[in-house]
Amino acid sequence: MDLYEHQGKELFAKAGIPVAEGRIAFTVAEARAAAEELGGTVVVKSQVLVGGRGKAGGVKVVKNADEAEAAAQAILGLDIKGHITRRLWVERGVAIAKEYYVSITFDRSAKMPLLMLTTMGGMDVEDVAANHPDMLARLHVDPALGYRGFHGVQLMAAAGIPLDERKALGVMLAELYGVFQSEDAMLVEVNPLVFLEDGTLLAADAKVTIDDNALYRHPDIEAMRDLAAMDPQEQAAREAHLAYVKLDGDVGILGNGAGLVMSTVDVIAQAGGRPANFLDVGGGASAEKITTALEIVLSNDKVNSVLFNIFGGITRCDEVAKGLLSALEATEIRAPIVVRLDGTNAEEGRALLAEAARPEITVEKTMLEAAATAVRLAKEAS
Amino acid sequence: MAIIATKETRLVVQGITGREGTFHALRNRDYGTNVVAGVTPGRAGQDVEGIPVYDSVADAVEHQGANTALVIVPPRFAAEAILEAAEAGVAQIICITEGIPAHEMLEVYHYIRPRGIHLLGPNCPGALSPGIANIGIIPAEIFKPGPIGLMSRSGTLTYQIGGELAAKGLGNSTIIGLGGDSVIGTSFIDALDMFQADDDTEYIVMVGEIGGNEEEKAAEVIAERITKPVVAYIAGFEAPPGKTMGHAGAIISGSAGTAAAKKEALEAKGVRVGTNPTEAAQIMADLVAKH
Repeated sequence: MDLYEHQGKELFAKAGIPVAEGRIAFTVAEARAAAEELGGTVVVKSQVLVGGRGKAGGVKVVKNADEAEAAAQAILGLDIKGHITRRLWVERGVAIAKEYYVSITFDRSAKMPLLMLTTMGGMDVEDVAANHPDMLARLHVDPALGYRGFHGVQLMAAAGIPLDERKALGVMLAELYGVFQSEDAMLVEVNPLVFLEDGTLLAADAKVTIDDNALYRHPDIEAMRDLAAMDPQEQAAREAHLAYVKLDGDVGILGNGAGLVMSTVDVIAQAGGRPANFLDVGGGASAEKITTALEIVLSNDKVNSVLFNIFGGITRCDEVAKGLLSALEATEIRAPIVVRLDGTNAEEGRALLAEAARPEITVEKTMLEAAATAVRLAKEAS
Repeated sequence: MAIIATKETRLVVQGITGREGTFHALRNRDYGTNVVAGVTPGRAGQDVEGIPVYDSVADAVEHQGANTALVIVPPRFAAEAILEAAEAGVAQIICITEGIPAHEMLEVYHYIRPRGIHLLGPNCPGALSPGIANIGIIPAEIFKPGPIGLMSRSGTLTYQIGGELAAKGLGNSTIIGLGGDSVIGTSFIDALDMFQADDDTEYIVMVGEIGGNEEEKAAEVIAERITKPVVAYIAGFEAPPGKTMGHAGAIISGSAGTAAAKKEALEAKGVRVGTNPTEAAQIMADLVAKH
């Protein structure tokens, strides 16, 4: 789960990491009120889960409430790389002397947390890594050891941090690692981390991603989820505990198992079609589950045909066929469904579907044939 | 002699009295796996259709000589179950459970690895050596014995490719599910080395997907020390960046972990990569026919 900047900063503040004081605003009026309350120079920042807000005009420094109002007017509703701004973070302006970058990532390859620090703050770290690799200090932390003071010392020395700044920065590194660890983060990134003109240190941005598998032990973070910003299909799937990802085509896809569904999405594209979604119905074959899954896929108006791709293992294909036939009774089907059943009891499953002779169903034997048919039907319907 | 699931396997099932635990323990036993014990704390002295239940893995090891543990417990207890098995002295642990927090798995990984304990998973379907033993939830009916070692990060995709190979008359030495999480105990590299050392394996099929760089690392190892022919398939070419595609580990982060990069890395080392499961199976069938 990706957090908004203001949510990340909330976690930072809880851990004692200094952040600028601010207010959340959903309307222009709320933004104005926030600016009045904070007084003086404020920064009005779009809260979207994507980078590049500054370049897209989503961050404005303003001198007073009138300007804050105008900035809010401009930023609310702003589309930043497909993410619509629905909330703002209005925070007290600070006098920045220096910008650094620090992050802690979950390095899957090394299977260790990775600390990265550079004095080239405010830039895209992938650019720094590519163009100035010597400027980017990197250090792995052995999870059995945990973060120790010497990690910070090594990292700051490697990044060329001036001696007089190391004490304060060392404290913040330890605190950030504490957030990474205690909140089950997959990423904690501060870009920029700033030294103010008065010498104090501040996390001027916050990019935090929390491990979905660990959310059960962080109800406070789960409660931060912005349901309004979620795609309606993704939200419905979430409630039904189904893995769904919206894509932008017109062939709806559901199947059993993440890998098989990913592969089905690829095969639709290879057959010249455009996949509308990824949906894993998981194991089992209850009519209820299949009904819900079909309803979610079909609730996307773009969908012109559906590919239902099942490889039966422990769940037998005849059970899946029965589940599907009951689902067709339970819900209205507005697009043709191509069904491919393979694996355990596939023949029995196909026989059941043939017997039912539902006009909305076309049965195919292989994944590739099914993909070709689903693509053809989608093209005919569009 | 196949790998992981062998004639020597003496299996203890952690979580055996749960619905899934009972179902799969009995299925595994019916297949011929030597299921010697089950563990559910507080249920010592009971049995599941003749399989004795103990309070701890240590007791199962002491009384039944268990050497392999199958973990089928809810996610919030799974990391501890793995560590318990490791401490009890079993040599191999297979964890089916999906949903273990990644930070917990980091600790587990770094605890068991230096001790030489072999962990498969988590979030994997297990290991099946057709005709010999089945540990986990792989539907054994689809597979038959043969010379191909099959390893995959995905369950049903493994069944898909295994099914396509079987339809062409090709069987498997061992099928192993590596797991869909971002931290897993057995990497492609570990599995490649095991298949390379296994006399029953003549060919290897690897099924990868988006996320991480284990496929890229495997490509290097294949070029360096794997002499058996390897055919690959990668899923997730159409996956958008930043989205988790069902598996916790199936996510493109920034520009890293794409299917295209994995395919390219494998092909650069001479590994043939099928564009879909059917083609991957066909490439393997052609290879076998030529030998």
